[in-house]
Amino acid sequence: MSVVTQASSAADKAFSSEVGTGSREENASKQDSRAGGSGDVAPAREWRPPSYWPFVIPALVVVLAVIVFPWVFTIWMSMQEWKVGSPTVFVGLANYLRLPTDPRFVEAVGHTLSYTALSVVLPLVFGTLAAVVFHQKFAARGFLRGIFIMPMMATPVAIALVWTMMFHPQLGVLNYLLSLVGLPPQLWVFNPTTVIPSLVLVETWQWTPLVMLIVLGGLAAIPTEPYESAQIDGANFWQVFRFITLPLIMPFLFIAGMIRMIDAVKSFDIIFAITQGGPGSASETINVYLYSVAFVYYDLGYGSAIAVVFFLLIVALAALLLYLRKRLLWTSELGDAA
Amino acid sequence: MNPRHIFGRIGLWLSVFVIVSPAILFFLWMASLSLKFEINNASYPPVFIPEHFAWKNYADVFASNRFLTYFSNSLVVTGCATGLAMLVGVPAGYGIARMAAHKSAIVILIARITPGLSYLIPLFLLFQWLGLLGTLVPQIIIHLVVTVPIVIWIMIGYFETTPLELEEAALIDGATRWQVFRHVALPIARPGLAVAFILAVIFSWNNFVFGIVLAGRETRTLPVAVYNMISFDQLSWGPLAAAALIVTAPVLLLTVLAQRQIVAGLTAGAVKGG
Repeated sequence: MSVVTQASSAADKAFSSEVGTGSREENASKQDSRAGGSGDVAPAREWRPPSYWPFVIPALVVVLAVIVFPWVFTIWMSMQEWKVGSPTVFVGLANYLRLPTDPRFVEAVGHTLSYTALSVVLPLVFGTLAAVVFHQKFAARGFLRGIFIMPMMATPVAIALVWTMMFHPQLGVLNYLLSLVGLPPQLWVFNPTTVIPSLVLVETWQWTPLVMLIVLGGLAAIPTEPYESAQIDGANFWQVFRFITLPLIMPFLFIAGMIRMIDAVKSFDIIFAITQGGPGSASETINVYLYSVAFVYYDLGYGSAIAVVFFLLIVALAALLLYLRKRLLWTSELGDAA
Repeated sequence: MNPRHIFGRIGLWLSVFVIVSPAILFFLWMASLSLKFEINNASYPPVFIPEHFAWKNYADVFASNRFLTYFSNSLVVTGCATGLAMLVGVPAGYGIARMAAHKSAIVILIARITPGLSYLIPLFLLFQWLGLLGTLVPQIIIHLVVTVPIVIWIMIGYFETTPLELEEAALIDGATRWQVFRHVALPIARPGLAVAFILAVIFSWNNFVFGIVLAGRETRTLPVAVYNMISFDQLSWGPLAAAALIVTAPVLLLTVLAQRQIVAGLTAGAVKGG
């Protein structure tokens, strides 16, 4: 009895292992043919460097569908006169030529650039200072860092809603805080001249933590020797920061600046939820204008042209930052040699 | 403990306080707004802690018949978009890391740079043509624009750091690539999976721009629903702030609980993203 069971279980094992290898080989051959390999099944013993294409193909399909296809389609559409409900007409570059003569677009470019410049510089400054502080050891540092990064993880629309209440000229808490220190009340986002700085305040509050995290990573990588020798030489806090810390975290500041630039140019949720580009069009950035053209006026051809130019502008700004980085690195090396 | 040292500690705690207070005060004020009756919210000077808490603001939000619909819409969109992204993105990150196909990351970089609105124009037309606009499907698909690059990016980084020796040993023992991935590479990369999952969930949950274009009355996600409350309900601040807090509470909770993973993911992604 027991012998029979043993034998049968052994047979089971043999069978299952056979099935196992069989399906394994089948899998391998399937993967090979999908990867466009030679097609004939390799002998089991011969080891070949594996092909990883089957792992990538599903993602490739998704990326082609939701990222590459929209891009190609947008470029094609930008050369059509296309409003929803009417037939499309090929117009060549007419949509692009319309851009410089469109005062709202030109104005939007200006708003975008000033909004971006402020939203890069201010978080860089505050983020660096915060990183220097968080680099020290103190109690509950992890927990406090968690609190500190909450603004950038929180839902932007929910935040925008509360900021809108805080900006309220009569009932908002910000004017009350100003009155406490003896400053006159402001109209914040309700005044064309203060609307962009007010929105930048929100953007800075929201994104300073990201800069802090990146710079903190940079600080962690700095060796301790320069600090020890500076201490022996009697350097003060500012000198240490200016001549040791700052040069060493420069590469991280550039990365943070680059990311901040890309995100600030594209900023939409905060601006749209708080002002919708107003008052008038005083805070209408390219992204907000693009929304109006495409999904309020349904001028999809012109909207696509704006999208293409907008993308090129971001690439151009990124290239400018890279160029500045090269120049600065070059001059600092020159300074070292001198 | 010399005086200089004590001075330093006081200065440090002072600067910590200054740095963290904008975040703390903002969220406390948000909570305060959400717990006050209209009389207190409209009073000047502002009341920080009211005598009576208006818990009914929260009850009102949950009682409004559509809120639960919007909540479940958000759950479905974020859940599906994150699940699908993990399904295709984790193997892709593995494949790209093992092939050392770093050029393919350029696509992800372009996706990172491209404004969300430019995906919307062509995909909006496509969904309209396919007749999908009344359903949640368009939003699930377009959220992949956000989640897939995050997952691929983070997983490339993780699989690049996991040791190759184990995988090679398994291959020589006759395991298939899929088995190596499933039984050797994946278990080691579990921390990376957590990071990718958490970040994909947060950024999908927070997404607003895709919803305002693609969502109809029945298919709104929570951020879109909250935005629509602003335009219709300008004056009752209490329930509005309560709704805003409910929308963002899951994300804030996740941030505090999983801050180590989030920080790791953001710095890895961000540093490489440059």
